[in-house]
This record gives sequence, structure tokens and C-alpha cells, in this order.
Amino acid sequence: MPEPDLRRPNPRLAQLPAVQHLVVRYAKRGKMRFASHRDVARAFERGVRRAGLPIAYSAGFSPHPKISYAGGAPTGVASEAEYLSIALTVRQAETQVCQRLDAALPDGIDVIDVTEETSGAPKGGLEASEWRVVLPGVRPAAAEQAVASFLTLGEAPVERLTDKGVRCLDARAAVVEMNVIDADEIAADPDGGQRAAMTGHEDCTIIRMVVLHTAPAVRPEDILTALRDGNGIAASSPPLTTRLAQGSRALLTGETGS
Amino acid sequence: MPVESVFPRLEPLLPRVRKPIQYVGGEVGSVVKDWDAADVRWALCYPDAYEVGLPNQGIQILYEVLNERDGVLAERTYTVWPDLEGLMRETGLPQFTVDAHRPVSAFDVLGVSFATEMAYTNLLTVLDLAGIPLFSSERSVAHPLVIAGGHAAFNPEPIADFLDVVVLGDGEQAVLAITDLIRGWKRAGQPGGRDGLLLKLATVAYVPRFYDVSYHSDGRISKIVPNRSGVPATVSKYTVMDLDAWPYPRAPIVPVAETVHERYSVEIFRGCTRGCRFCQAGMITRPVRERSITTIGSMVAAGVAASGFDEVGLLSLSSADHSEINEIAVDLADCYEGTNVGLSLPSTRVDAFNVTLADELSRNGRRSGLTFAPEGGSERLRKVINKMVTEEDLIRTVTTAYASGWRQVKLYFMCGLPTETDADVLAIAQLARRVIAAGRAAAGRRDIRCTVSIGGFVPKPHTPFQWAAQCEPEVVDARLRALGGALRADRAYGKAIGYRYHDGRPGQIEGLLSRGDRRVGGVILAAWRDGARFDGWSEHFSYERWQRSAESALVGEPVDLAWYTTRERDYSEVLPWDHLDAGLDRDWLWQDWQDSIAPEGAAEVEDCRWTPCYECGVCPAMGTEIQVGPTGVRLDGRRLLPVVVGR
Repeated sequence: MPEPDLRRPNPRLAQLPAVQHLVVRYAKRGKMRFASHRDVARAFERGVRRAGLPIAYSAGFSPHPKISYAGGAPTGVASEAEYLSIALTVRQAETQVCQRLDAALPDGIDVIDVTEETSGAPKGGLEASEWRVVLPGVRPAAAEQAVASFLTLGEAPVERLTDKGVRCLDARAAVVEMNVIDADEIAADPDGGQRAAMTGHEDCTIIRMVVLHTAPAVRPEDILTALRDGNGIAASSPPLTTRLAQGSRALLTGETGS
Repeated sequence: MPVESVFPRLEPLLPRVRKPIQYVGGEVGSVVKDWDAADVRWALCYPDAYEVGLPNQGIQILYEVLNERDGVLAERTYTVWPDLEGLMRETGLPQFTVDAHRPVSAFDVLGVSFATEMAYTNLLTVLDLAGIPLFSSERSVAHPLVIAGGHAAFNPEPIADFLDVVVLGDGEQAVLAITDLIRGWKRAGQPGGRDGLLLKLATVAYVPRFYDVSYHSDGRISKIVPNRSGVPATVSKYTVMDLDAWPYPRAPIVPVAETVHERYSVEIFRGCTRGCRFCQAGMITRPVRERSITTIGSMVAAGVAASGFDEVGLLSLSSADHSEINEIAVDLADCYEGTNVGLSLPSTRVDAFNVTLADELSRNGRRSGLTFAPEGGSERLRKVINKMVTEEDLIRTVTTAYASGWRQVKLYFMCGLPTETDADVLAIAQLARRVIAAGRAAAGRRDIRCTVSIGGFVPKPHTPFQWAAQCEPEVVDARLRALGGALRADRAYGKAIGYRYHDGRPGQIEGLLSRGDRRVGGVILAAWRDGARFDGWSEHFSYERWQRSAESALVGEPVDLAWYTTRERDYSEVLPWDHLDAGLDRDWLWQDWQDSIAPEGAAEVEDCRWTPCYECGVCPAMGTEIQVGPTGVRLDGRRLLPVVVGR
């Protein structure tokens, strides 16, 4: 008698095929900036079920909802431009999905936009991110100087402790643009204003930068490490970092042509 | 006056701690009510890490029961990990709730649910960080009432000095009774101050400071008596009758952080009368009260929709014992067929598991872990503990499981049970080999596994074994080592059998805290001052610290760690919890203890659900009765909403 194969696919478990791929842009705001990639993934898996979306599942004995995530902002970092794609088994209107999914997620994990992309990936690719970093306790004049000197560097090696040990990265190579935002803009900025109010106005700096997605990834914190090591500017309390946009390099820097 | 959120002070600390998401709240299902619109405010505390505390059913139920009421507000607080504790002490940030980040000290009540005695030191961390004096006697009318509940509060004496009030039994009605008394006292202008309120509460719950304990010169308790009039000599537990009238949690809190149980759990019945002599839960939660199949169906439908969980846990002390468990499993599996929602039975008796359950639990393809608890390795020992599971039952059950596609079965045992010998423990190895042999034959393949998991037995209050001598940790450890050797000895099976064990020393401290009296409070305080935190976590637990603390705190007393743990008690000894009434007849418990250790072999107690009442005393003492089906009603499993269908 042949040995029964307990791993054979159970006909009852056949999953419906995906007929629509949607790219979801979402934000990680407020308290939810402390969610890790895995926390966000868990929230979305539950969110699609709460929203009653006909999500496609992977086949096999441990089926998972078909959601794929583009590299998420690190734990503690806020974002206005995170991306993931979901596969559905029944076609849905994009605006419907946007509303239902947003309503089903915790406040602070907010769906901004849903678009259909047959490729399942954001249009134009995600080559770079625009970041805004609020640095409490740093005087804008000192920051101006640090940024100017950083931009003249040929390279800026920094070390970061990862799960796999100490990694050495070139923070300079990934930075396409970097500038200090005017003090007047700080008050107008919702996050920056709040933080400035706590630390005193002239003691708060906002840096904006466009950073390429390299491998291994250079994070804003690595660039801050380089600024601190090279120019001695250090925040008095943890910086508040927000990803403002993600997209092609040309899109983020306003460059035209190839 | 609104109470301000401490979040702006917490936020800068969060990038410096592990898993900051656990401290921010904002979960789906969480509630933030207007502070000023409430006149009674509860901070509900599970005194362990968020990842353990969040899924706790008790807290989730009370959170909903309280927040549903107008004028009542409930928020949650958990023990923070030592990394955040250090930063909070550095910056003066007080213990906060995760819902609105209000300081715990601003609430009327700090309600603490104890599932295990090993969380007692975490209570002190919470109190201290909240700025609440550790001792009840040092609190003023400005401080929250500190109220404990949960299974590990059935003998609250070791922490009695730190508590104002203790609730025995089911919390649903108790928290509402307490809320009403607090509201009345506040509206009347707080007559009598804090003591005035406690005197009122002493009529509905246990107020430890209104009882004096005196001791014999040899250390035994002489008596425990009320020290003022109007305070009852004994305090009874609460029992919720008709679980269908209390269908909570309706909309569970869905964590963003990872937690230990990621599922929607519905309690399918409360109580257990199987009569396992070691089992405190089975003794203190009597009688059995089933939730009907229809209520279970509607709770599951609403709970899954509200939470988005993909697993439904059918919770109870022995879930396969529900009178309609097969119907529930079949109908729910029908209901969720094709939706990738799975069912699990976290607690299943060997002799109640069957082919229908095996099929339904695996219908969606997943086979979440199957765990059975024979508890004792030999049939003789299983008779002693009244867990009458025969070896044939066990083999039949695991055969069913392996044949239904499970590859791995976990078996739980205890070591150090009364009358146990080395041979009883070594019999586990023999049993495990038979399981593998039978499993290989049933599955027709060799790559099946069985994991033996074993820990030291801790005698618990309100059980027949409350008088027993706890086995010395050295003996437990020696038996665990011998079992490990025996399991590895046979090459034909060795790799198919996994072995996990908990050594005997934490069990001895659990024993001290479980059967201790008020003098143990000093030990807990000393251990906490010496750094004891998260004692239920092996990486935080230090036996040496507890030994040191017991020696220093009990110096000059005629008692010590061994006196509390490895000493057998006799019938006449006043036990620290004798004034706390779970309804169990003390003489019935004593007779059951004697029956278990009878030289001619233990006598069996059957389950009163299926045999005549054996007079444990609970129903007449508490005015309760068994509530079991079958109801004969079926759910319409083809529809997502469980429309009721008569049979």
C-alpha cells in the first residue's frame, strides 16, 4: 500500500486566484510611528479582514493574505509615504478599498491612496525617499554649517549595530539633497512646531533630505550619526523623523530629463 | 478637572526602549472616554508585560463591562519592562494607562488581576511607579483603592498588606457592585473617609486589614478574625450564573504589538468538575456553567468581524467537555469554510478528544498545536490526582490525531505529585515511546513527533492537595534529569521525542507565594527591593534572591521557606485562606485528600455533570447549580452569520 501523503493539497483549501492588484499608500503617524514593520503587517492582515475585502491567500497549509510590503520606515520613524500592494479575488473600486481599509485600521495607520497597478508595484519605482528630521536642541546656525560641510565630503563612513553585527555604511553616497528649513517654517510645521514648543524655538532645527534607497539601506539615523560625528551636532532628545515622500529620484529632486 | 496625558513625557523615552509599540495604546477596540463625564474610574492592571496581559480574558471582559456603563471609565495598565522602568524613575514619569496615558494615581480604583502568584512582585513595581504607597495602611483618601482579583487572589494573604480589597471569583458583577458603592460614597461626600468606604466594601468583598491574624508559638496560625463589627467572619466568592447574559468580550482589543495569543477567544463554559485534585482552577470555579451554542455562535461571528483575527479559540478549562462541542466545531467550521479562519481548542482532555473534533479543527488546513495533559506518567499516579485517563485513552487519542494529519502532539506532565516515586516519572518515557510507535503505525510514516513537557507540581489553596508537602526542588530536578536520560536512551525513538522541562526551584517559590500567609509579604517586599521583577520569566527569576529575601524577612520567626513549602499540614491547622470561601466543604476536601493517598490505592471521584452530586459543597453554599446542555439547537453553518436552526 502506498504511503499516504499528508501534505497533499486538500481540495477544500484551493485558494481563489487574484484578479486585481492594488497599490496602497499609507501613513504611519503619531503614536503609530512606534510600530515595527511586523506590527504594521499584522495590522494590515487584520485590517483587510475587518474591512471584508476579498483578499487573495497564498496556497499551502499555512495560507497567508497576499500583501507585499515595500521597505517600511524603521520603528519610531513616522511616514506619509509607505507602500504595499494587495491582491484581491474580486475586483473592487479603488476609492471603496481606500475608505474601508482606512476605517478598519488603527488610528495612525492611515490609508492615503489606493491605485490599481497590474505590476503590483508603485509606478515609477521607489528609488529614493524625502525625509524631514526635527532635531531638538540643535541651533539652526550650527546645523547649516554641519550640512554644508557634510555635502562637501567625498564619503562619510558610519557604523550601525544590526542583528548581524556592526555594519559599515557610506552615509554621504546615499544623500542627493540636504538642507536646513527656515526657522519660520518650523512654527508652521505641525510636528516640528510641537517639538519646538517643548524645547524652545531657537533650539530646534528641521533638516530636509533626499536619500537614495541603497543596499544596504542608509537610514536617516545613519546620516544623523555622520553629522554628529563630523560636526558635533547632537539632538537633546530623540529626533523626530518623518518620511514625506517616496518615488523615483527624478520625482523627488525635481530633476527633469533622464 | 481633566487629567492630562503623560504621553508628551513618555514619547521621548520610547525610542530608547524595546518594543515601544506596547506602550502607546490606540488599538482597535480600545476605548477612551471623557474623564469628566465619569464619576467612577478604574485602571485595570494585568501585572505582567503587555504581550502577556493584553490577551487576558478577565481584563478584556471587565474593560467592556465597565466602559459600557455611563459614568464609568476603565483604562488598562501593564507592568513596564525594566528598560522603561529605569527611564521612568530617571525622569519621574509615573505609571500610566495605555489608553489615554493618564497617571494611574488619578483613578479611583487600581484593579489588578492575578493569574499567577509569580506576578506579586510586579504589583509592587506598578504601585511604586504610580506613586501609591505600597502598604494599604499608608494610603489616604487621595489614593486609588487597590483591588485584586483572579485565580491567584484566592489566597491573597501574602500580598494582603499591599491590597485594600480582594474580590474572590467571577468579576463581572463584582466590579459593578463595587462601582455602585464607590459612587454612592463619593456622592455622599466620602463619609468616614477611606475606612468608611472600605467598611462598605467589606460587605461585598474581602478587606484584609479588617482581619487580624494571630499565631501559635510554633508558627502555625491560631486564628483569623474580624477586628471590627460589621465585617463578616468569612468572605464568599462571586459566581456569575447564566453566561449567555454576559457575552463578553464582544469587541476584543486587537493589539498592534505581537502578543502571546493572537486570536478571538470565546469562553464556551466556566468551571470544571472533573475533580483533578491538583487543579485549583477546577476547584474554585465550580459549578460548570455552559454558554449555549447560539451565544457562542453569535459571539464568534461578531468577534471575528470586529477584530479581524484569523483564529477562534474555544476557551475553557477542558473545552472538549462542552455538551455540544462537536456541534459547535462542525457548525463553526462550516461557517468559516473557505475564509481562512481557523478553530483551536486550547485545553482538551485526552478522553474527550474525538475524530469529529480532529476533522473540524483541521478543516481549514491548519493544525494548530494539539496538547494533551495526562499529568502523571503512571496509571497509579493518575488515580492519585484523579485524572482518570487510561493509557489506552491516550494511545487512541494520539492515534486519531496523527491519522488526521497532525505531526506533532505535546504531552504535559507534572513532577513531584503526592506519593510519586522515581518509577512514576520514568513511566513517562515508556508512554512517550508507545505514543510514537502507535503514531507511526497510524500515520504510516516515521517523521511524527511528540514533545514531553514537564514542570514541578505546586500544591494550591482550596484543593485537596492544599495540605500536601511540596516535593523538594532537588528531588524534582533529579527525577527530571533521570527522565531526560530515559527519553534519550532509546535510539529508535529518541529523535522523535522532544523534552522540555522547568526545573524545581521556581516552583518552590511559587509554592511559598501560593500557600503563604501574611508573614510572606515581608519576603515579597524584600525580594522586590532586591530587584525581583517578572518572576514568571526564567531570564528574570533568581532563586538565590528569593532565598536571601526569605532568610532576611523571616529572621526571628519560627518559620522559613521549607516550613511553607515542603511541610505537610494536618487537619486541624488553620490555613491562611480558611476565612475565604470558594464554597468547597473543608471536610470534603480533606476526605478527598485522604482518599488520594490511601495505601490501598486512590479512590475515584466522578464528574457531577454525569453522575450524582458528590457533595463538594459548592452549589448549596453558593446558591448555584450546574448549567449544561445539550440545547439541541444548531447554527446555520453555511452562512457567515449563525442563524439558529432548530433540530
